[in-house]
Amino acid sequence: MSLDSKIPPGPLAQKWDKHRFDLKLVNPANKRKFDIIVVGSGLAGASAAASLAELGYKVRCFCFQDSPRRAHSIAAQGGINAAKNYANDGDSVYRLFYDTIKGGDFRAREANVYRLAQVSSNIIDQCVAQGVPFAREYGGLLTNRSFGGAQVSRTFYARGQTGQQLLLGAYQALSRQIGLGTVEMHPRTEMLDLVVIDGHAKGIVVRDLVSGEISSHAADAVVLATGGYSNVFFLSTNAKGCNVTATWRAWKKGALFANPCYTQIHPTCIPVSGEHQSKLTLMSESLRNDGRVWVPKRKEDCQKPPASIPEADRDYYLERKYPSFGNLAPRDISSRAAKETCDDGRGVGPGGRGVYLDFADAIKRLGESMIRDRYGNLFDIYEKITNENAYKVPMRIYPAVHYSMGGTWVDYNLMSTLPGLFVIGEANFSDHGANRLGASALMQGLADGYFVLPYTIGDYFVSAKQAKPSANHPEFKKAEENIRQFAARLLSVKGRRTATSFHRELGKLLWEKCGMARNEAGLTEALKRIPELREEFWKNVAVTGGNGELNQALEYAGRVADFMEFAELLCLDALHRRESCGGHFREEFQTAEGEAKRDDENFAYVAAWEYQGAGKAPVMRKEPLVYEEAHMSTRSYK
Amino acid sequence: MNLTLKVWRQKNPRAAGGFETYEAKGVTPEMSFLEMLDVVNEELIAGGRDPIAFDSDCREGICGMCSLVINGIPHGGQPGTTTCELHLRHFHDGQTITVEPWRAKAFPVVRDLITNRSAFDRIIQAGGFVSVNTGGTPDGNAIPVPKTTADRAMDAAACIGCGACVAVCKNASAMLFVAAKVSHLNLLPQGKAEKDRRALNMVKQMDHEGFGNCTVTGSCEAVCPKEISLSFIAKMNRDYGVATLKGQ
Repeated sequence: MSLDSKIPPGPLAQKWDKHRFDLKLVNPANKRKFDIIVVGSGLAGASAAASLAELGYKVRCFCFQDSPRRAHSIAAQGGINAAKNYANDGDSVYRLFYDTIKGGDFRAREANVYRLAQVSSNIIDQCVAQGVPFAREYGGLLTNRSFGGAQVSRTFYARGQTGQQLLLGAYQALSRQIGLGTVEMHPRTEMLDLVVIDGHAKGIVVRDLVSGEISSHAADAVVLATGGYSNVFFLSTNAKGCNVTATWRAWKKGALFANPCYTQIHPTCIPVSGEHQSKLTLMSESLRNDGRVWVPKRKEDCQKPPASIPEADRDYYLERKYPSFGNLAPRDISSRAAKETCDDGRGVGPGGRGVYLDFADAIKRLGESMIRDRYGNLFDIYEKITNENAYKVPMRIYPAVHYSMGGTWVDYNLMSTLPGLFVIGEANFSDHGANRLGASALMQGLADGYFVLPYTIGDYFVSAKQAKPSANHPEFKKAEENIRQFAARLLSVKGRRTATSFHRELGKLLWEKCGMARNEAGLTEALKRIPELREEFWKNVAVTGGNGELNQALEYAGRVADFMEFAELLCLDALHRRESCGGHFREEFQTAEGEAKRDDENFAYVAAWEYQGAGKAPVMRKEPLVYEEAHMSTRSYK
Repeated sequence: MNLTLKVWRQKNPRAAGGFETYEAKGVTPEMSFLEMLDVVNEELIAGGRDPIAFDSDCREGICGMCSLVINGIPHGGQPGTTTCELHLRHFHDGQTITVEPWRAKAFPVVRDLITNRSAFDRIIQAGGFVSVNTGGTPDGNAIPVPKTTADRAMDAAACIGCGACVAVCKNASAMLFVAAKVSHLNLLPQGKAEKDRRALNMVKQMDHEGFGNCTVTGSCEAVCPKEISLSFIAKMNRDYGVATLKGQ
């Protein structure tokens, strides 16, 4: 299989305009003849479902939560980037494009990123019109703040709840369509398989999480907006329900999976407090606008109260190592710097896995009320979890798994290698390369859903000229039967160890061997251990209850079973990529100063993995990354 | 620390439910309430017994999915806190804790501690939006919004739709939830065009779903994890009154 990215010809700045003109259109009256399934109701899914329904398509939307408003986009805190240049500080579409490409360590597709920067402005306009209460100045205009990896202020925000407000905007647009009868919503329903007929995606098989009923849904196109796979690490900032099942099962049906080793470890999370921990909580990157990161210079000071350590004995290591970006160095770089200081024995807090994020200077400069206005809810979250008042003592933070840049491979039209299967938002691989900049996830999710997919999906309908699918097709019946057998198999093991226990062990293994720093020996070891763990899982997992009822143990065990397989692809990809780039840091490939050492000669490509059948090694296909505009420079934030 | 839990178990909406007692042994003050339930569930599953079904997702107080009545108070009674953010340091060793689902006619129990809150979605579908399609919207700065107005709209928009306001209310009224959305959108210039019909349609749907009436006891505000102000109910009543007088 060769990968055709379908990047339009012509100058970068004109590609999207030209492409939009070249895309075939579906007559307004004909749109209602096309059925579209959207799986997921986060920023990408809800915005796509609403926009497609507004255009006249017949949409069905599925989510596993009890309401589309719960999707994990809601937890995004800091903000959304847009090249509005409202701050008059030199921003432009080109600068946002360049910052994003550079931030992604030159491993993203140039044309996609440029388009993302182009539509970023429209997103803000759209959200304002929906009633998203962005932060404003006293004059009534929108205000901005800075985020990591950029030297301009282009981040729009709604207190520390930007994701919530943007998601509610999209959810409300979706709700309007549900009320109008143009979208049929299926909450508490989980997609368990993709159905492919004659090489085209034709629908999905789902499980009703309340009744346990398995049912088939046919459509002219399927859109996956099912988020990322960070929960393969067990502990991450993702919601408990986030999983890889939808994109993984699509992978097994032929949709190639790209760059799984690009995982983002976010530098500012609340440190792990014990073995019982069920998930980790992010403290928004926006805090680094006013907070200063430091550790004691001397190991012996680490257990002393922070206030007792004089300025001269503190190491503000980000400001020291990266003077021009300082505390706003990008996420991958800040995370590794935190790990290095802790490995060096200078970490603070229980277990020495933490660094300080200190607001004392900012409070002195701006006053406590200003800091409360900017970050009040984040300080509240911090206090609830740690029982510490960050207005008085510095926060303790440590990196945690947060986002996955890798995902299903898609072309410029956001279509996967399976015709008729579109993948949007975090679930695809396309825009962030090897590292995502802060406030870009919300931008990408909404760009895909509001402003890209609604144009490109119509071209597929017109070009593909496919027959109307039916849920009675034998392929659907076969998929349903497979799902029932899968559930029956999980229920029949009747082992002694819970799915959580397996998941925790898998996550720990990945965190140690395929986390912030990776090396050949560790990855090889993980690749040996994962199949063993998986085998044990299928021999000894304990799943109670039955299939025909609400059964959270069964739902979860199914997701863990997929993580057990996916983890292997993640490590395989990390092992094959013998270079360091962005979030993928191979210890063998670093500069004398400990910075990531890219190998553009051999690795300037997207690694897209193709499923070959159970028990067979996947095959890698390469999409070369060609940069027409951006120069592949060494990334420096010094 | 060790805790005794009296948990509401109910197989399905039609079955009769009842309390069952569980011991949570060796838990620690740093654990969250849901992590404690995870520990109990782990033991139940390993012993071949059905775990306690409860809703949760983000576990950081923003998705609104978690929903337990703990010792009679939705979300457990710590100010501005959801169940998932509630930590065991607020309990003491040897304490007995009762755990129940939201109780309201409009939120039927699905299983154990899980309820069906889709009535909230239908209220939003009735008018909790601005009727704009994607595309063709004016520049974000075209209409200035005074900071105080935007801030007040944000105060209302912070609602996470968990339903604690309904669960605590002796009338099972949804007024705080509905008022928060009506106020958020009606305050902003972008939402003004539909101000009247929004208030009328959302209130109509709320009544249709079987929520009770508001007698302004203020218990909703007291348990709201996002501390949504009761004053939004006054604002909604005003908007509703004006719309009614206009004969919309």
